[in-house]
Amino acid sequence: MVAFIVRRVIAAVLMLVIVSVATFAIFFLIPRALGQTPEGMASRYVGRDATPEAIQGAVKRLHLDDPLIVQYGRFAKGIVAGQDYSLGPRKAECPAPCFGFSFNNNQPVWPTLLDRLPATMSLALGAAVVWLVAGVSIGVISALKRGTAVDRAAMTVALAGVSLPIYFTGLVSLSVFAYTLGIFPGGGSYTGLTEDPVMWFQALVLPWVTLAFLYAALYARLTRAGMLETMGEDYIRTARAKGLKERTVVTKHALRATLTPILTIFGLDLGLLLGGAVLTESTFSIPGIGKLVIDAIRGNDLPVVLGVTLFAAFFIVLANLIVDILYAVVDPRVRLS
Amino acid sequence: MTAPLDVSGQAMEAQPEAVLEGAGGKAIEGRSLGQIAWMRLKRDKAAFVGAFVVVFLTLIAIFAERPFGGLIALFGDPPNLPNNDLIDPMTSAPLGTWGGMSLEHPFGLEPVNGRDLFARILSGAQISLLVAFLATLVSVVLGSLLGVLAGFFGGWVDTLISRLMDVFLAFPLLLFAIAIVGAVPDKALGLSGNGLRVAVIVFIIGFFNWPYIARIVRGQTLSLREREFVDAARSLGAGNRYIIFREVFPNLVAPILVYATLLIPSNILFEAALSFLGVGVAEPQASWGGMLTRAVDYYQIAPHFMIVPGLAIFVTVMAFNLLGDGLRDALDPRAR
Repeated sequence: MVAFIVRRVIAAVLMLVIVSVATFAIFFLIPRALGQTPEGMASRYVGRDATPEAIQGAVKRLHLDDPLIVQYGRFAKGIVAGQDYSLGPRKAECPAPCFGFSFNNNQPVWPTLLDRLPATMSLALGAAVVWLVAGVSIGVISALKRGTAVDRAAMTVALAGVSLPIYFTGLVSLSVFAYTLGIFPGGGSYTGLTEDPVMWFQALVLPWVTLAFLYAALYARLTRAGMLETMGEDYIRTARAKGLKERTVVTKHALRATLTPILTIFGLDLGLLLGGAVLTESTFSIPGIGKLVIDAIRGNDLPVVLGVTLFAAFFIVLANLIVDILYAVVDPRVRLS
Repeated sequence: MTAPLDVSGQAMEAQPEAVLEGAGGKAIEGRSLGQIAWMRLKRDKAAFVGAFVVVFLTLIAIFAERPFGGLIALFGDPPNLPNNDLIDPMTSAPLGTWGGMSLEHPFGLEPVNGRDLFARILSGAQISLLVAFLATLVSVVLGSLLGVLAGFFGGWVDTLISRLMDVFLAFPLLLFAIAIVGAVPDKALGLSGNGLRVAVIVFIIGFFNWPYIARIVRGQTLSLREREFVDAARSLGAGNRYIIFREVFPNLVAPILVYATLLIPSNILFEAALSFLGVGVAEPQASWGGMLTRAVDYYQIAPHFMIVPGLAIFVTVMAFNLLGDGLRDALDPRAR
C-alpha cells in the first residue's frame, strides 16, 4: 500500500510539472508560434496605447525576449521559491508560491486566489452534496423500476437536464424564484459564511440547485447504467439464490459495486469545480475563482488567468491523487496493477 | 437469444428480431450489423424524433444565409438590422406583447436595438453547428488514429498514448479554452476577427476532446486485434497497414459514429458557454451563448430574450443526445 501511494504521488508530481509546462505554453508559446512579437506581448501587460519606450521597458523587465526555456525556468522557480518583478523604479515582491503578478492592480495573484476560494468552495461543496444524493438515488430507483413510467419520466428529465446549459437554467431560476416570486435573493447577493450565515445560505440555494441539477442528471444516468450492468452479474444471482432479502442484495451487493466508479468521477468533478465554477459563478455573480478569471479575461489581465488555470489544474491533479488512493483502499486489486 | 417457438402477436411485439429469424419457417437470412442496427433504430421513436430535428436544424443552418440571403432574407430582416422604432424608449424593452412577437418577427425583438431574433437565431445556428461539426471532426480524426495505434501496437506506443490521454483529461478544459482565447493575438495565420475566433475555438474543442474517442477506439481495437479474422489476414500475408485499415477499422466505424454523435451536443454546449462568457464568437455576429449573456441584463423586462436562445440550445442539444443515445442502443447491444 505504501509503495502504491508513493508511486501515485510521484506520478502526481510529474503531472503537475506537465500541467505547468502546458499552462506556460498557452501563454508564452502559442502567441509566439502565432507570430506575436515580445513587444506585442508586453503591450498586453502595460496597456494597448502605451508608448514604444514603455513597451520596450516592459519587454526588458518581464524578460519577454529571453528564450522560452529560460522564461519557463523563471516561472517554475517563482512557484517554488517566489520571484521579484521590477516595476520601473520600485520592485514588487511575489513570495512563494508565486502564481504570477497582476499588473492591472499591482498585486500577486496567489492572495487573490485564496481570497476567492471560500465562495467557490461554498458553491461546489453544497451543490456536490445535493447532486450526489439526488443523482444516485434517482439512478438506483430508475434501474430497479426499469421500463416503468417512473423510470421513463426520470430518464427523460435527466436527458433534458444534461441538455440544458447551466446559465440558462440559472437565468430562468433567477427570473422565476428571485424576480417574480421573490422567494430567494437575486444575483450578486453572495455573503461570506462567517459574516452572515443565513444570508449565505439563502443566496446560495438557487446556485446550488442549478449546478446540482446538471450533475444530478448526469449521475442519475451513470448510476442507472452502472446499476443495470451490476444487477446482471452472476454474484447478484448468487446472493439472491442464498436467500438474501432483495433490499440487502441491492444495498450491500449491487450498490456498492456501482458506486465505486461513480465516486471516482465524483472526485474529478469536484476537483474541477473547486478550480472555479465559471459558468454558475458568472450567472449568479458569485465572487469566486471562476468569476475572477472571467473578470480578468475581460480586463485583459492575463497573469490572473494564468494563475487561475494553474490553480485549477493543481486541484484536479490533487483530486485525482486522493481518488486513486481511496480507490485502492476500497478495491485491493488496484494496488497490484 | 434463441428463436421462440411461439410466433404469436405478443412475442412479435416483445422480440421481433428473434421472431423474424424463424418466422414462417422461411430460410434464415443473414443480416449485417447495419441492417440489425437500422431495424432497432426504426423502433426507437425518441431517436427518430431526434434524427428528424437534427436533419431539420442542419438544413436550416446550411440555408440560413445562402443562396441569395437564404431563409433569413425570405422571412424578413437581416440579423444586424436595428429597429429602434419598435423599442420602448423608456424601458428599452420591445413594444408589443411577448417581446414584440408578430408575423414579421416570429421570435420577437432584441431589447435596446430591436434586432430581429428569428434572423439572429438562424444566424447563430450556423455558427453553433459549424463549430460543433468541425470540432467533432478534429476529435474523431485524432482520436481514431491515436486510439487505433495504441490498441493495435500496444507496448510503449500504448503506454505513451494512454498517458497522454490521462494528461489531457486532467486539464480544466473550460479554463484552458478561456486562457487560449485570451493568449491568441488579434491577428494570426492570415485570419482576424471572428474567422480567427472560430478557428481557435474549433481547434481547442477538437484538440482537447480527442481522448474521449481514443479511449473507446483503443478498447475496441484491443479486443479486435485478438480476433480470428485478423489472424486469418495475417496468415495470408497482410501487413499492419492493411490489417488496420481494411480489417480493424471497418469494425470501429459503428462506435466512432456513436461517440461522435454524442460529442456534437457537448461541443454545441461548449461553444455556447464560451460565447456566453464573452470569449467565443464576438458581436455583431449572432451566437446563442452571446445572446444569453445580454439576456442577463434584461431578463426582468424582456424574458423572451432569455427563453428564445435558451430553447434553441436546448432543442438542438437534446435532439443530438436523443439520436446519439438511440444510435448507441442500436449499434451496441450490450449497452441496452
